[in-house]
Amino acid sequence: MNWLGILEWHDIVFLRAWQHPSSSELVAAGAGGIVVLGALAALLLITAKHWWRPLWRDWLTSLDHKKIGIMYIVLATVMLARGIIEANVMRLQQLLAVDAPGYLSHEHFAQLFSTHGTIMIFFVAMPLLTGIINFVMPLQIGARDVSFPLLNAVSLALTAAGAALLMVSLVIGKFSTGGWSGYPSFTEKPFSPGAGVDYWIWALTPASIGSTLTGLNFAVTIYKQRAPGMDLFRMPLFCWVSLCTSILMIFAMAPLTLATLMLALDRYAGFHFFTNAAGGDVMNYANLFWLFGHPEVYILILPAFGIWSEVFSTFSGKTLYGYTSLVYATMAIAVLSFTVWLHHFFTMGQSADVNAAFGMATMLIGVPTGVKVYDWLLTMVFGRIRFRVPMLYANYFLLTFVLGGVTGVLLANPGVDFSVHNSLFLVAHFHNMLIPGTLFAMFAGFHFWFPKAMGFRLHEGLGQLAFWLLAPGFLLAFFPLYALGLMGGMRRMAVWSDPSFTPWLAAAMLGAMLILAGLCVLALQLVVSIRQREALAVPVGDPWDGRSLEWAGPAPPFEWNFPVPPEVRSRDAFNDMKRDGRAHSAPERYHDIVMPKNSAVAPLLGLGAAICGFAVTWHIWWLTIASLLGLMAVTVARSFVTNVEKTIPADEVERMHRAWLDRASATPAIPRRLEATTDNRGKAEVPGT
Amino acid sequence: MTDHHHPGLNLGHTDRSTHAAAEEMIFGFWIFLMSDMVLFALLFATYAAMSVHGVAGGPAPADLFELKSALYQTLLLLTSSFTFGMASLALKYRKDTGRLLFWMGVTFLLGAGFLVLEARDWVKMVTEHNAPPQRSGFLSIYYLLTGTHFAHVSAGMIWMAVMAVQLAVFGNDGPVKLRLMRLALFWHMLDVVWIGIFTFVILLGVAP
Repeated sequence: MNWLGILEWHDIVFLRAWQHPSSSELVAAGAGGIVVLGALAALLLITAKHWWRPLWRDWLTSLDHKKIGIMYIVLATVMLARGIIEANVMRLQQLLAVDAPGYLSHEHFAQLFSTHGTIMIFFVAMPLLTGIINFVMPLQIGARDVSFPLLNAVSLALTAAGAALLMVSLVIGKFSTGGWSGYPSFTEKPFSPGAGVDYWIWALTPASIGSTLTGLNFAVTIYKQRAPGMDLFRMPLFCWVSLCTSILMIFAMAPLTLATLMLALDRYAGFHFFTNAAGGDVMNYANLFWLFGHPEVYILILPAFGIWSEVFSTFSGKTLYGYTSLVYATMAIAVLSFTVWLHHFFTMGQSADVNAAFGMATMLIGVPTGVKVYDWLLTMVFGRIRFRVPMLYANYFLLTFVLGGVTGVLLANPGVDFSVHNSLFLVAHFHNMLIPGTLFAMFAGFHFWFPKAMGFRLHEGLGQLAFWLLAPGFLLAFFPLYALGLMGGMRRMAVWSDPSFTPWLAAAMLGAMLILAGLCVLALQLVVSIRQREALAVPVGDPWDGRSLEWAGPAPPFEWNFPVPPEVRSRDAFNDMKRDGRAHSAPERYHDIVMPKNSAVAPLLGLGAAICGFAVTWHIWWLTIASLLGLMAVTVARSFVTNVEKTIPADEVERMHRAWLDRASATPAIPRRLEATTDNRGKAEVPGT
Repeated sequence: MTDHHHPGLNLGHTDRSTHAAAEEMIFGFWIFLMSDMVLFALLFATYAAMSVHGVAGGPAPADLFELKSALYQTLLLLTSSFTFGMASLALKYRKDTGRLLFWMGVTFLLGAGFLVLEARDWVKMVTEHNAPPQRSGFLSIYYLLTGTHFAHVSAGMIWMAVMAVQLAVFGNDGPVKLRLMRLALFWHMLDVVWIGIFTFVILLGVAP
């Protein structure tokens, strides 16, 4: 019996580069080296600073939704760095490979576009939005935590397990070359014999299960944990999009889990779900994958719409225009998202009538989305607009997202789709939706809520500089791809033969470099802000004259969020509290608060899932069985733990709340024109009071 | 507080505090069952396609399925849902755990009988009809659909065994009750899924 399954020494990237020192293998070894050195540096830093204990006690075992949210964002940030670097590596290859071989092998290039897509969707966008919802939504509805705090931590651990597997694949073995969508027959064993596709399968599976559980958790939280008076139609719009996103996750993640499971059965056990022989049918995969994949698009964009709504309203100093229409538009989009999956494969053999029906359904989504754009525009009309960093992103989003939406309506026409499908036109379209739409929304949300989470603002000037790099960067990187697509450039090409592509590819390269530079400035901004945290501190907790309940307490918030459940009388609950003079008042009585104790269960399950994924990828069966048994043992053992809650005495709650109230009353309220200065300590001047 | 907080068995009359804690927990579990049902719905949809288009010259449903065995399996599983219902009544109305454990034991045995009969069907299909899952797309999805249900029933039985230990260790206390209420919902859902399999796979498969 082979204890290491099918794993062999030459699967390690450094040995491969030693044996075959081509430029492609050296790049791979360099990437593997960054992973290994990065991990070592992190371990050394934690050890040198004696951070192990606080890391374990305050973070990894924490069940606090705010900390879990922050950990999701940290995970996503690491993966984002990898995704953007990969994009630059690919751009350079395409630029150099016009009538030339370039510096990457075709297989390596294919791995890069597969990991880039997989990472950006599942390990950047998903954890970013899940992290932000985790942090913000319970605060906005006046809740103490999500409904199932341990489950929340488990979801994070499962997502992290998938991400870990993706990082390991840089060092040991090769990743799938089947793209982020992993289409069979190509990903079946005869055509992709190595472990690459298995890495892809077992990275996605825990992450998609984690997302299902996250959706469940958020939906129950919104239905059951709202503060007194927080009717559904008084919720901030961000909570509405969180609810719709959660419902989409509950329904849409299962098809992905099933599709990857079936592909695994095909590959490991010789089943015939998607094979070319014995009754297998790739259309099963196409349908299952896009039954997940299309709602997934709206899982990615709806939270962004929620962030934009909060940003437009807050930085225009106005209540959100057309709140009810925005709610119904969100709901309509969520429902329609399940009716359009077939537009991802117009060219795969349906009749023209079927294509026409799905094309029309697709165009219909433009209607509620258009309603939203007008609502956001009208929110700004007659507002006192402040161009803080989130508002810059928001206005940029309006311009570019509409353009991306128009190209989407073009693609929704099956006739047009037949001529541009799988071309760079499509690549330009979905990056046009996901970068200004989703990613920039996450950046805007990051700048917006960072002071609440950490207690200090991010450096305004560097944030603006990053924006002014990212904004032209996106346009340069992707608008040339529309042209290239119409000129016949297909997606996923490692080499070109048409010299007229070169100027467009050069522009795209420049754009990708600007985006990378923007990311570096964001990193610099974080470092500078941490160093200047005293000057940028906003301890009273309301740096932007916020309107919803997450701004009601100190920054960072109490572990228990609210000393007593806030009483909600209207929409824009905190704004009204400020106007009624209720914002900084002590309750009549304080009560003991019961909170969940820390638990090692989630990190253990995450570790087990990562080991299991690695073992099954490499056919190490003893380790697969051992880790599965370990996962079960931890789960069962947890159910025998009875002491799972801790009580925070009313005195302690009162002491901390009164300390904050004293600080709030001693802090001068500032007008909005001083918002971006160090005078801003987190207390907003309320005109007319 | 209303007496009826969530679909299914409510504890309002006999245990107010657990009843109050049940609302959110049981609601969450219903949502979990819903996502599980999405999984089964997709399996059924794939079966609908592949049992027609994926036979690939191999054995078709009518050549393989035995009504008699499927009937016994159905009777065992439906009866086990009834006996779990009796266990739920004991959970609600009795402080001692004897009757509860008895009905859970009966349920466990009925579930085990179901698993044995189903496994015997599979062995027969492979040995007598040369119909393993690798033979055709139809057989692949047949084994995955029934196998997923089989795995769920097995998980339910492991859960039941753990709960028997918990009843012995903790007695019939609040958290244990909440777990048993969720197990009950899970078990009944498997019945519903089996009725789907019996109808759409077995009966439709052998229908002339």
